Amino acid sequence: MSQLLAATVAAPSALSGGANVIAVGVLLAEFGMFRQALLRDQVRLYIAQSVLISALAVVVAATRHLPDLYALAALSFALKVVVVPFVLRRLLRGIGAIGGDPRWSTGDTDIAGSHTLGVASTVLLAIGVAAFGFFTVAALGIRSPVLPVTALSVSVAVILVAFVLMIVRRDVISQAIGFLSLENGVSLTALVVAAGLPLILEIAFLFDLLVAVAVFGLLIRVHHGRAESMSTADLTSLRG
Amino acid sequence: MLLLTLPLAAALASLRVPLWGARAITVASGAASFALALALVPTAAHRDVACLRFLRVDAVSAVFLLATGFLYAVVAVYSVGYLSGGHGRPPRYERRVWAGLNLFVWAMLAAPMMSNLALLWVAIEVTTVISALLVAVEDTDGAAEAAWKYVLLASGGLCLALLAVIFAYYAGAQVLGQSYDLGFTQLLHAAPRLPHTAVELAFVLAVLGFGTKMGLVPVHTWLPDAHSEAPTPVSALLSGSLLAVSFYAILRFYQVTQAAVGPAFPRNVLLVFGVASLLLAMLYLFGQRDLKRLLAYSSVEHMGILAIGVGFGAPAALAGVLLHVLAHAAAKGNAFLGAGVFVRKLGTKRISAIRGGLDLLPWSGPLFLVAIFALGAMPPFGLFRSEFEIVAGGLGSGGYAAAAILVVAVTVAFLGLASSVTRMLMLPGTPPGDGAPDRVPSLVAGSADQARAATAVASRPARAVARGEPSGWMVLPVVIGALALLVLGVHPPAELTELFGRAVALLRGTAS
Repeated sequence: MSQLLAATVAAPSALSGGANVIAVGVLLAEFGMFRQALLRDQVRLYIAQSVLISALAVVVAATRHLPDLYALAALSFALKVVVVPFVLRRLLRGIGAIGGDPRWSTGDTDIAGSHTLGVASTVLLAIGVAAFGFFTVAALGIRSPVLPVTALSVSVAVILVAFVLMIVRRDVISQAIGFLSLENGVSLTALVVAAGLPLILEIAFLFDLLVAVAVFGLLIRVHHGRAESMSTADLTSLRG
Repeated sequence: MLLLTLPLAAALASLRVPLWGARAITVASGAASFALALALVPTAAHRDVACLRFLRVDAVSAVFLLATGFLYAVVAVYSVGYLSGGHGRPPRYERRVWAGLNLFVWAMLAAPMMSNLALLWVAIEVTTVISALLVAVEDTDGAAEAAWKYVLLASGGLCLALLAVIFAYYAGAQVLGQSYDLGFTQLLHAAPRLPHTAVELAFVLAVLGFGTKMGLVPVHTWLPDAHSEAPTPVSALLSGSLLAVSFYAILRFYQVTQAAVGPAFPRNVLLVFGVASLLLAMLYLFGQRDLKRLLAYSSVEHMGILAIGVGFGAPAALAGVLLHVLAHAAAKGNAFLGAGVFVRKLGTKRISAIRGGLDLLPWSGPLFLVAIFALGAMPPFGLFRSEFEIVAGGLGSGGYAAAAILVVAVTVAFLGLASSVTRMLMLPGTPPGDGAPDRVPSLVAGSADQARAATAVASRPARAVARGEPSGWMVLPVVIGALALLVLGVHPPAELTELFGRAVALLRGTAS
């Protein structure tokens, strides 16, 4: 990635190299979610992704002297690495999808079979979509004051891949995590092109995420209570 | 300004009180909000009102506040009739609906008052989560499915809209420096100097993102599900108000984009989405089996008309669009509330199971017919005037093809709507007693008492229902709505015309 950068920018600094590495890490975590058959691991990947993004926020704050971003990094760390995974895990345990009682281990197999396509074709599709996003954004000619524009391309790729994840998975938890990682991709974009966004607005966004997670959780419970499974395969009665 | 948010917050807090208190408070706060929105009209027609740095109302937002305020008042009254009696549900259900209703309206009133694109986005996302809960409150398989699809699609769409907000920030920051806060007026002032690519990208993302909430065609799929499975008062609010509020967000982006890159680009984008919505919705109106889904597709159609109207961009068309927002709120509110009476009365949403509506419901039957005619833009009502203005504006500004499509599609859509509804209302149900005795043996045909008793049986046959309205509370709001439609159609008040004039000037970027 840094070679690619060297071709476009005269002198790639340690910062831009590092930023790109982090952005690519986020994208890899997104791809990892396709592979995961266990809910638990998917939540772990989400945590890893969120940690990377908070780290990037700290890096930007330190190098560009934007003290607001420290607060943002701390907040997003607290929310996305601690609170949201906690809520998700509780939810999963509450309905028996992970851990605890072995009788309920079906929750784990449930999601393994929730691909509408095979893993290989899904990943191929995602690579295609990600490449599309990557090169389209590069062609737009948007320049960022704080981070190399490659990071923007990668973040758009993350967003598109998150959509693929939401589309091909047929269970509510994967879809919810797809949405959350979609939001991570948007956060990454925000870091690249809108690092100076006032703190109060960022807090509003994060608060909003929290509310959304609570509602997602509630609806997952409702769904599980009615359908006795995590699968969305039987959500087909409303059409036309 | 603050007055508008206060009654709602008060209503929320007071939902700990007994149920009758919740009813009274909601009705009062609905009426008060509408009165406040009305009081705002003369001021907003002449200048922009700003307050507390985050709140700002101009003529455009006043139109949307008026629509939401009106529906709030109407729906509050209706819900008293709709929710009372319990119908086999725990009191918890009624309390949840009241609380959710107030919160939902609060978020929808807050959205057009935000001075800032980011906060506007936050308000709209809040409407999503609250309304998703309100869909799920119904506690049926269908409602759970609809709520899940709704929250997933709408949140995904709003993520794109957030991306649009971020690119709008990026574009603004190029001109205004890193530390501006996405304030709408600032952005509009700086618009001529904004970088084109970023603004265009933001606009397309905004149309796609907020369009998901508004029900524009490729991304409308959640809409019929949520509208048909939600409790009726919520359906009315979703359709008349929530879609309009999302449209408001698109209008704001439209203003900025128009000032930055000229009018042609945003208009073409909206025309494409609008025509697609109109055509697809028109087809779905035929052969629809579910009454509320029928009305939901009619909403998609009308949102398409709004998008096309802005796509024309002529002053007449824009004035038509704003009038259309108000008239659509009243008409679609009426239609959903009327449909709710049918559903309550007959216990089914299937169009083929509803017959003889005019006989059964002496008030709601004719009123429902009026609402459908109004939705189909028949002459004495507001929607006729607004669609006429949109078409006239379209012809005037050279959008002949789109105007022609609009006229044809609206007519066809009306046919689809009217054919189902007239069958519901006019075809006689078989006389009472024909179908009844074999399913409820104890029932002697013609006896009013026993017919009423039969309505209490859960699996009652539809035809054993006695003539009469379920509740006066459910008729009054529909009468008010019909009157409002008539006023809008025959002679809109002078203040309103002034308001539209100012709003059109703002939208065209020619206001002083």
